[in-house]
Amino acid sequence: MGDISLIHYLMVAAILFTFGAVGIFLNRKNVIIILMCIELMLLAVNINLAAFSSFHGHITGQIFAMFILTVAAAEAAIGLAILVVYFRNRGSIAVEDINMMKG
Amino acid sequence: MIAPLFFYLFALMTVVSGLMVIIARNPVHSVLFLILSFFNSAGLFVLLGAEFLAMLLVVVYVGAVAVLFLFVVMMLDINIDEMRQGFRQHLPLGLVVGLILIVELMMIFTQDVSSSNVLATNVSGEISNTAMIGSVLYTEYLLNFQVAGLILLVAMIGAITLTMRHREGVKRQVISVQNSRTRNETIQIVSVDSHVAPKVLEDSRAANKQIK
Repeated sequence: MGDISLIHYLMVAAILFTFGAVGIFLNRKNVIIILMCIELMLLAVNINLAAFSSFHGHITGQIFAMFILTVAAAEAAIGLAILVVYFRNRGSIAVEDINMMKG
Repeated sequence: MIAPLFFYLFALMTVVSGLMVIIARNPVHSVLFLILSFFNSAGLFVLLGAEFLAMLLVVVYVGAVAVLFLFVVMMLDINIDEMRQGFRQHLPLGLVVGLILIVELMMIFTQDVSSSNVLATNVSGEISNTAMIGSVLYTEYLLNFQVAGLILLVAMIGAITLTMRHREGVKRQVISVQNSRTRNETIQIVSVDSHVAPKVLEDSRAANKQIK
């Protein structure tokens, strides 16, 4: 257990980001879990930014982590609102059913 | 040295709860593990010297976003077993992609990412993390700050307009209609003739006389 360096934080963030990406693959049917996985990935990015900010002695990374936090909150609110409206109209939130636009 | 110990504790808890988010059977458990993950990342941020960000993470993520998730998960009537279908089917592909991603990221870390391995927070010494963020955020990043506020406003209005619905058959107060009413169309004057007794009364009196 030596000193904690920047690499340690980056590794935690990398593992967390990978879990987020894998979670999207595994839970392909559940939109809510997919949204949560996106939150996990954003959290990993935030850890990266804060780690770089602290280890390089520059505050800008933390500022941008705050902006990411803002965007994540907005994204979660809009995504969940769309989900609620979709569930009200179709009675299901399965990803396969979301094909009205034939995209 | 107690700091490395705490780092490993928080890091392990963050990673394990992150794993539980994606493999938990019940979506409610997923949200709760997400909250645990956020809390432990807040601990990591404190170790990094970013106290304000840690506080923000607890307040905004745990207090608002995760609770929003929890509300939506509990509100929607989801068939959990149906949602779990395809988990095993997609497992190999997910593992392959995850393995590739993690190997690539770790390959980056074998390079010398940073020249400094010493925590360099609080360079100036006496000024706190929050004051430092404030002094930069409101001067150098003022425009970005305003745009972030605008994004939140748009998100709020969007969420409200998306989820608001007008149901039929529900009486509502329409203030403009109320204010534009005039006396003539509201009040109707009816003259009631009070001198003539109603016919029903006379009939009953006649019946009484016949009985006597």
